[in-house]
Amino acid sequence: MEIINTDIAIVGAGGAGLRAAIAVAQADPSLNVALISKVYPMRSHTCAAEGGAAGVAGANDSMEYHFNDTVSGADWLADQDAVEFFIEEAPKELTLIEHWGCPWSRTKDGKVAVRPFGGMKMERTWYAADKSGFHILHTLFQTSLQFPSIRRYDEFFSTDLIVQDGVCQGVTAMEIRTGEMKLFKAKSVIICTGGAGRIYPFTTNGAIKTGDGMAMAYKAGIPLKDMEFVQYHPTGLPGTGILLTEGCRGEGGYMINKDGYRYLQDYGLGPAKPEPVKKAMELGPRDRLSQAFWHEMQKGRVVETRYGEAVLLDMRHLGEKLINERLPFVRDLAKSYMGVDVVDEPCPVRPVVHYMMGGIHTDINTATSIKGVYAVGECACVTINGANRLGSNSLTELLVFGKKAGHEAIGYIQGGTAPRDEADAEKQGEAAEARVKGILNRTDGKESVSVIRRELNDIMEYGCGIYRDANLLTEACNKIAELRDRFKDVQIKDKSAVFNTALTQALELEAMIEVSQSVAQSGLARTESRGAHQRLDYPARDDAKFLCHSMAHYNPNAEPRIDYLDVVITKSQPQERLYGAAGEAMAKKAEQEKQEKQPVAAAE
Amino acid sequence: MAERKMQVEVLRYDPDRDTEPRYQTYEVGCDPDWVVLDALTKIKDEIDDSLSFRWSCHMAVCGSCGMTVNGEPVLSCKTFIRDFPDKIKVEPLDNFPIERDLVVVMDDFIEKFEAVKPYIIPKEPRSIEQGTYLQTPAQLKAYKQYSMCINCLCCYAACPQVALNDDFIGPAALALAHRYNLDTRDVGRSAREDVVAAHEGVWECSFVGACSQVCPKDVDPAAAIQQSKIASTTDYFTSFITGGSK
Repeated sequence: MEIINTDIAIVGAGGAGLRAAIAVAQADPSLNVALISKVYPMRSHTCAAEGGAAGVAGANDSMEYHFNDTVSGADWLADQDAVEFFIEEAPKELTLIEHWGCPWSRTKDGKVAVRPFGGMKMERTWYAADKSGFHILHTLFQTSLQFPSIRRYDEFFSTDLIVQDGVCQGVTAMEIRTGEMKLFKAKSVIICTGGAGRIYPFTTNGAIKTGDGMAMAYKAGIPLKDMEFVQYHPTGLPGTGILLTEGCRGEGGYMINKDGYRYLQDYGLGPAKPEPVKKAMELGPRDRLSQAFWHEMQKGRVVETRYGEAVLLDMRHLGEKLINERLPFVRDLAKSYMGVDVVDEPCPVRPVVHYMMGGIHTDINTATSIKGVYAVGECACVTINGANRLGSNSLTELLVFGKKAGHEAIGYIQGGTAPRDEADAEKQGEAAEARVKGILNRTDGKESVSVIRRELNDIMEYGCGIYRDANLLTEACNKIAELRDRFKDVQIKDKSAVFNTALTQALELEAMIEVSQSVAQSGLARTESRGAHQRLDYPARDDAKFLCHSMAHYNPNAEPRIDYLDVVITKSQPQERLYGAAGEAMAKKAEQEKQEKQPVAAAE
Repeated sequence: MAERKMQVEVLRYDPDRDTEPRYQTYEVGCDPDWVVLDALTKIKDEIDDSLSFRWSCHMAVCGSCGMTVNGEPVLSCKTFIRDFPDKIKVEPLDNFPIERDLVVVMDDFIEKFEAVKPYIIPKEPRSIEQGTYLQTPAQLKAYKQYSMCINCLCCYAACPQVALNDDFIGPAALALAHRYNLDTRDVGRSAREDVVAAHEGVWECSFVGACSQVCPKDVDPAAAIQQSKIASTTDYFTSFITGGSK
């Protein structure tokens, strides 16, 4: 097996991986970075993010506001020390990528423009029309090309972390072009592999988002945290699941049911006003909007489409000029894939799996329980997103924590690493190779990748959807255990060494099964409702028992063991999570109380 | 809606076992609303798992699934079967070596892409404390179109000059160089000039405009190349007047 020696191996070359690589290259050009990705960097799913990236920008905004929005949006399951670090760094990182050429949309006087987003009190979402993620990704990729210390390994599929006594030694990856396994001996590995939306049948996520990095860390013994929190984005196109950005609502679009009624006012988000009101109605958080859809469906107030029930996103009143200027991609997507011109007609939409709040457990510094292994972005759970992520926090998260991970990895290496048992590392590499070859060469298997994947998709949507209960989750857990067993008997027909996507799909499915099991088991164990995890049998939030993170620990032969870790609370004690008029009244009261206290504090 | 039976003829080539490319036809039931990529994924899932192609986003933004459908370079995720008769032919992009089936070797493109220095080269370093640059909507508009390239390679497949000259830098990379040259934050034009204005750069383009015709994102690389030619010519004559290279 070819051995590639490097200092830091970064797995995944989307926004987080590229930002980490650049951070290392700038801070210490003497360190070699191997940037390993199963796709070319510009194919990474960061490119599909549309709406924008959050960071305090205006004089009317404040760090405190962004903090409060994020923590309450997360239903108090975010770690507040991490949130505080995040919001402080956010504007700096967004400014930095402006320097690097990101084509942010501008105001007339040439400043960066910001737009309102769901659950955000102020306009603080920086955007590049409705292709923000695309431009961030391409800006980072192109910027990275000037650093010779970053060596890319494009289309290499990472399979296993190499670990000795809890210390990182590297990672194995298969070169897809040749089918050859390589051993990357690295002092540090940063995992930036994105989410796992593909475990569901109806998702905004691209084909590559199969949770490989999550599963790799999990199998190496790092717990997966808060996996039961799966975000449904309220506005996906029926059939394809293509995303229409929250920016549609940020710019003033309405959500209406089959009667043309702005139904969100029936779900604690009103009153309905003609103009967009922040933290109300269409600018409520994603979990609440997707849950409202479910209730409308129960009431039969949805429209029927060829691809199931839907509600309508009505943008007609925004006018063609604004739509062309700020939402041109949305117009194109709706027209091409739905046959609807949003300038003239409301567009059918329905909730669609979009984002995993959970992921590889890290501390505030992106460090995992294996020394030298870090994780960033959607694959990780640091956690600023808690039980529900606010739209436009995740693009910023890639930048803030990508940089952090790069610097932490450098610090770790400079602190000196334990000597490596070379023979053992190679033995582990060979074991990884044997496992992959085992799948490739199996000739007596009776199961197919596509059949198991379909059954997995179906049970996830059925058992781990917007609303769950013990029966549904138990059914899901049982089915996943069955599929996990059946996967051992999977056989692919393609035996070629060259660009064998039947093989990579089998490896992806293996990861998807592990990730799915952690989602279902964590969901079954959390007998409360919080954020995106809604239990029909336990409809209330239970802070006494569940103000804590779920930690799923891998078990090769059975379901994961679940235990819990306390949430870090610094300055925001959990309260009722309110939006619309009720939320505003609560915010006013808090503001008043603060002002009443202030003169006293000054006198002291 | 009734299923539509499609005959999908696909170019197959596996260097592990084939001496030369061959064609294979699959019959597959399709939803009439499907794109070509949907038909290919169904073939892979249900008929032949060895059929190889790249894809990810299924929304025309990741650029993975460029291929040739009935002779035209397209994104297969945005090419609807409703626009075709019951039989279609799918091949890899022209002007690239075939890695396997519909997967092409991208190495040469990546080298050219890197060669144009596609990143901001600032006049002087700028600190975070200095804040963002000012850039008016008009200044943004000047280059924005050229920043929309998804690197799908359709323009390289369509370009007659790429077909004739392996060294031609090609439409997407030249458009990208132009994108940075036009950005008010950048002063790197002279640093890119070695590549852009070289014989294999903009002057190799014969302005057929095929690149812009096939571009699925309306980047218009042909316009970028023509504008670059004018800029390079101006530089050349200016150097006589000012008595030195810039």
